[in-house]
Amino acid sequence: MAVTTAAAPPRPSFLSRIAESRGLLSFGFMLPTVVLLLVFLTYPLGLGVWLGFTDARIGRPGVFIGLENYEYLWDDSVFWLSVFNTVLYTVSASILKFALGLWLALLLNENLPFKSFFRAVVLLPWVVPTVLSAIAFWWIYDSQFSIISWALKQMGLIDHNINFLGDPQNARASVIAANVWRGIPFVAITLLAGLQTIPQSLYEAATLDGAGRWQLFRYVTLPLLTPIIAITMTFSVLFTFTDFQLIYVLTRGGPVNATHLMATLSFQRGISGGQLGEGAAIAVAMIPFLLGAILLSYFGLQRRRWQQGGGD
Amino acid sequence: MAQIGPKANPAGGDEGGMTYLQSMPRRVVTIYVPLAVFVIVLLFPFYWMTITAIKPNVEMTSYDTSSPFWVVHPTLQNIRYLLFETSYPGWLLNTTIISIAATVLSLIAAVLAAYAIERLRFSGSRQVGLAVFLAYLVPPSILFIPLSVMVFNLGLYDTPFALILTYPTFLVPFCTWLLMGYFRSIPFELEECALIDGASRWQVLTKIVLPLSVPGLISAGIFAFTLSWNEFIYALTFIQSSENKTVPVGVLTELVRSDVYEWGSLMAGALIGSLPVVILYSFFVEHYVSSMTGAVKE
Repeated sequence: MAVTTAAAPPRPSFLSRIAESRGLLSFGFMLPTVVLLLVFLTYPLGLGVWLGFTDARIGRPGVFIGLENYEYLWDDSVFWLSVFNTVLYTVSASILKFALGLWLALLLNENLPFKSFFRAVVLLPWVVPTVLSAIAFWWIYDSQFSIISWALKQMGLIDHNINFLGDPQNARASVIAANVWRGIPFVAITLLAGLQTIPQSLYEAATLDGAGRWQLFRYVTLPLLTPIIAITMTFSVLFTFTDFQLIYVLTRGGPVNATHLMATLSFQRGISGGQLGEGAAIAVAMIPFLLGAILLSYFGLQRRRWQQGGGD
Repeated sequence: MAQIGPKANPAGGDEGGMTYLQSMPRRVVTIYVPLAVFVIVLLFPFYWMTITAIKPNVEMTSYDTSSPFWVVHPTLQNIRYLLFETSYPGWLLNTTIISIAATVLSLIAAVLAAYAIERLRFSGSRQVGLAVFLAYLVPPSILFIPLSVMVFNLGLYDTPFALILTYPTFLVPFCTWLLMGYFRSIPFELEECALIDGASRWQVLTKIVLPLSVPGLISAGIFAFTLSWNEFIYALTFIQSSENKTVPVGVLTELVRSDVYEWGSLMAGALIGSLPVVILYSFFVEHYVSSMTGAVKE
């Protein structure tokens, strides 16, 4: 008798029944994340789209005005200039980041003394707050006391200071250079992680077959690195396209809107100018570009997985 | 060559690989010189920041009398001004509190979510996992206007809570994604053993999974802390008063006055504001790298 009472399971309490039910437990575990993301991510995303259709201003909830914001932007040359700038900025900075980042990754993948030290140091530009390093660039690009101008003058290459941020073309080149400086480490370190997964034996086999250094790179490294290049560059493109901080610090969109990106224009119109509806419309106009970039890399990777014979 | 162990070169069995095929002068030209240029260019802004921070104002603009690359009479005047005559210490404190709070909040939510998605495997967990990843791709630049409206309506405008509650929007997806990868690497058999021995799911999580994923937690934690420390656009939009600002916003909006640029104290502010994340980074380089590459590799 005593044996049966001891073996009888205690009546399950309410809590333990929840703990046994996988569905309820999962629900409880997912709750904080789901609530946070629904309230502060999904809802604002919808609210942003809605605001784009209203004439909301700071301190005044707007009324629905249909596509008026978009019609206004369609005829606004500054908006189109910012679209052009954003695309130019993203494309040129991404290409430079990819080329230089891949080069740096290949260099770091060689057998080097103090390899881990180099890797740690190289990542620094990516670690420090962008705004603070951008302030350093602001000083480096100073119109009167730029160290670059001074050094070039000492070398006799130029005879007067370069107006880095005052001239439209120079300003574009300068902000792209600063963005590339900040983005190279991310690309280099992630590609380096990809390079380290490539088996050394493939290189040895290719070398025995008579491949040169360029052929090793072209027919061994590059194909095996393609998936990670695709993901890294998708991230890089997304972050570059939506960049705000660097421009805000260095030029605030000037001179004559030559460096205004969609994000900075959205901030200027929406927050500084108080036209929330118009600012939101500019932000919404970025979404198709972002979706395009994401879908491109998603389907690219799908195809690749299918080629490699992976299930689902 | 000593530090190149099996870890740095997992694929190659023998030390040095095929480097013997290249001559030394060739390696100098193709590897060491470009690498040196990269390192110099990547580090120069930090050097310039530091040297400007300790330069007296006279030397800052007189390039003719002394080389601008060096400082003749180093001074702590700029740093003293920053720490005692501006709100800078307050900004440091704000940033620390906000970053830690946002990180802790995000980690708790992310651990639970990642465990549920990866191990409880409820129906639809794969779709939820993908949704979390997509949430990471939503950039703050398109959220800050609607969020500012929400923050204002909730009465959080100009309070630290505005930032503590909004930073998890980009921290939670990242941490969840990272921790999912870590949980996946823990053998399922360990959990099964514990479950057979009568442990509850909660005990499995706290006594088995979490102790085994400490490296993952550290990676996610320091990365989340760094991202919150560096955040700019939300802090710029949601915070109004000087004493509530974070370091990046404070340095840019309060130290820059239109009439005269105090480059010395600006650079000191940028330098000191970067130090906490750099110190954290230097202690946990490996974790940092693994969290950065882990999110991409999945």
